[in-house]
Amino acid sequence: MQTIDLTLQIWRQKNSDAPGDFETYTLKNISTAMSFLEMLDLLNENLTLQGQEPVAFDHDCREGICGMCGAMVNGIAHGPQSETTLCQLHMRHFNSGDTLVIEPFRSRAFPVKRDLVIDRSALDRIIQAGGYISINTGGAPEANTIAIPSPTAELAMDAAACIGCGACVASCPNGAAMLFTGARISQLSLLPQGQPERKERALAMVMAMDKEGFGNCSNERECEAVCPKAISIRHIARMNREYLSASFLGE
Amino acid sequence: MELRAHIPPGPLAQKWDNHRFASGLVSPANRRKFKIIVVGTGLAGASAAATLAEQGYQVSAFCIQDSPRRAHSIAAQGGINAAKNYQNDGDSVLRLFHDTIKGGDFRSREANVYRLAQISNGIIDQCVAQGVPFAREYGGTLANRSFGGAQVSRTFYARGQTGQQLLFGAYGALSRQIKTGRLTMMTRREMLELVVIDGCARGIVTRNLINGDLENHPADAVILATGGYGNAYFLSTNARASNATAILRAWKAGAGFANPCFVQIHPTCIPAQGTYQSKLTLMSESLRNDGRIWIPKIVGDRRDPASIPENERDYYLEEKYPRFGNLVPQDVASRNTKEHCDAGKGVGETGLGVYLDFSSAIERDGAAVILKKYGNLLQMYEKITTRDPLQEPMMIAPAVHYTMGGMWVDYNLMTTIPGLFAIGECNFSDHGANRLGASALMQGLADGYFIIGTSIAHYLSTTPLDYVTPQHVGFLEAQMKCHDRTQRLLHNNNRITGKKVTVDTIHRELGRLLWEHCGITRNRIGLEQALTRLPDLREAFWSQVCVPGTGNELNQSLERAGRVADFLECAEIMVRDALTRVESCGCHLREESRTAEHEAKRDDDHYAHVSVWEYRGEEEPPIMHKEPLLFENINLSQRSYT
Repeated sequence: MQTIDLTLQIWRQKNSDAPGDFETYTLKNISTAMSFLEMLDLLNENLTLQGQEPVAFDHDCREGICGMCGAMVNGIAHGPQSETTLCQLHMRHFNSGDTLVIEPFRSRAFPVKRDLVIDRSALDRIIQAGGYISINTGGAPEANTIAIPSPTAELAMDAAACIGCGACVASCPNGAAMLFTGARISQLSLLPQGQPERKERALAMVMAMDKEGFGNCSNERECEAVCPKAISIRHIARMNREYLSASFLGE
Repeated sequence: MELRAHIPPGPLAQKWDNHRFASGLVSPANRRKFKIIVVGTGLAGASAAATLAEQGYQVSAFCIQDSPRRAHSIAAQGGINAAKNYQNDGDSVLRLFHDTIKGGDFRSREANVYRLAQISNGIIDQCVAQGVPFAREYGGTLANRSFGGAQVSRTFYARGQTGQQLLFGAYGALSRQIKTGRLTMMTRREMLELVVIDGCARGIVTRNLINGDLENHPADAVILATGGYGNAYFLSTNARASNATAILRAWKAGAGFANPCFVQIHPTCIPAQGTYQSKLTLMSESLRNDGRIWIPKIVGDRRDPASIPENERDYYLEEKYPRFGNLVPQDVASRNTKEHCDAGKGVGETGLGVYLDFSSAIERDGAAVILKKYGNLLQMYEKITTRDPLQEPMMIAPAVHYTMGGMWVDYNLMTTIPGLFAIGECNFSDHGANRLGASALMQGLADGYFIIGTSIAHYLSTTPLDYVTPQHVGFLEAQMKCHDRTQRLLHNNNRITGKKVTVDTIHRELGRLLWEHCGITRNRIGLEQALTRLPDLREAFWSQVCVPGTGNELNQSLERAGRVADFLECAEIMVRDALTRVESCGCHLREESRTAEHEAKRDDDHYAHVSVWEYRGEEEPPIMHKEPLLFENINLSQRSYT
């Protein structure tokens, strides 16, 4: 089994109010088959046995779908591999002797809770503003009465694959959540079920996004580059069209 | 402990109708007076919380993650079953019922499973209306695929992310209710205690995972939707935070724990690569449609698979089960694989895997066809292992995936504690001793969208409940218990001398013990050994485990320690249950109960029952009660695949 040694510079911050700083750790004998989070597990095991406090980081499914994990690794959200969440990034992509700078996703709308743990509830509030189809349980028509062309369903699915990790926000120089918001607006505006609320949805979600303190898109495409699910910025364009037609055309 | 299943009268197909008519109602104007707690926001929890809030109840939903959208239902790949019969291939409610009962090896209730099959179609309607982007045919209608244990195509899917899409549908409905103000969402909360007052569930105590506050939440009814306990094995396909704490607290408060030993072990996961491994990744079982499973005939043959000639390969499933070959049910595949690996015939660095080889299929259909069918799975495999399954065989291994056991519930999904309900994976109700693929999503949503509303209305309309405050002595006592427990978990940290171990070290050891003795194959001697070793492991945990930090801050080590302490107790009930069930059924083979051909032998004369365990305090061992299973509409048959 191949192993590497690394120097880690990790952001340590006790809580939201405390100041934070980088701490340097040396970690040896890291198997290259480990995932990035397993490497952090190893560090934490060592720290615990040395009587120090382990690094807090969010994670859950460890198979790239829950969207809970994420950190900046040498300035790149989720690290250097494209279309990969931090939990699916493996240590074989690093070389022995490397120094890794690990810090939380940074954004005005994502306060740090501890070390690498952040508060992304702003994204939930954007969805609460209208990122759904208003249908009560039990009121649905027979499923096959709504025919949807296969390519449309596929396009909606491309947008719906967003895992809500927030890497797009952390990578955007403006701290915009437009890829996230655009993906949801796009998915629902493409589908016939989403038509009745199409205008109010676009207006309400964009307003919620602004209210949370997210910035605006200036076509840097950083979000698309780091998105672990390869969500295209075309969905931002679709959101902008939806928003513009809703605000100018009105009823 | 009295086990009254409350199965409604009448013919099977009429039971659910009869039941809904006989159930009490709460008028729309009165619903806002009642407060309901839902713990967990996976498919079952999110759908229940949203539906109850839509109906007008005040709902509080709790989740452990930072957002309800992250619950582990999200990781379900394959699909969701429904008896729509869109493919006109002979499906029906009766057939889905039949397949599910048979798949569960005749260890589930007829009435519950029939209701599940009846409700299945409405789930698809609901999800489509929510905008779930299911796969479509070119004409625009919904597409289906086939799955194990069925001869019809009844599985609806959204690429390999069906769970994610269904969860986003439910999460959307939940978000909409948060906006109305009827639903309060409490994220980063862990339920640590159930509060029972005057015999009824009246609320929970949670720990705020950000600041460590213990919080009292009174309610008129509590719904658990906290998933399975598969993480007791340390390595499983579950998410890392999935745990048994909520159901264990409920158990200790008086709820029966049904069939704790029924654990599903999935045959096609990526094998563990080393001791540091933190979880196992599932590869959809659909791969066995085109992959051939084999191992080298010679023990310890370390040659590159390509250089092992055909006559030195053991295609053990095709050999042993010529009729079904590689498509034998999950339990049969898992068991045979483990037997060969135990005999030292496993491949890979750890010797824990077997080959799943696509070369015959590629030769037959071409690489393009295989890539189209399984593209995303093959990519995922390559990402994790760096090996290309089109060039060399995949390596796969069995892994713990789902727990059929869970809280005992009656037909209303109510536990033995009045006012405490359990839905989704955390109850035992529908899958018997084995769950069919694409049925977990169906059950979670059936419970949450379509069943729990009836149960809650009936319970509230027939049960007089006093008003309780968060200062009620029941809450204060429960909170004190949580506080003491936290202090106990932290106390080793200040100890200067003596051995210190980490939480994960103990958890791994527990996992190995369970996997060895309470996994795919079991026998009395092994189980008894496990039962004697568990108290030692618990002792080691409490005397040596080192939990840094304090209780009043974000402390992930403390969270994990609390969960592992509960897994250690959960494991004991699992082992005790396995010990009493001297029959092979569903997912597990009991070595003492085999046919002449050495296959699993079910024993309906002695074990056609649900085993329900009752907690009797720290000093007394738990006792087991039986709910007999009656089959009036289906013939019990022995499974045979040879």
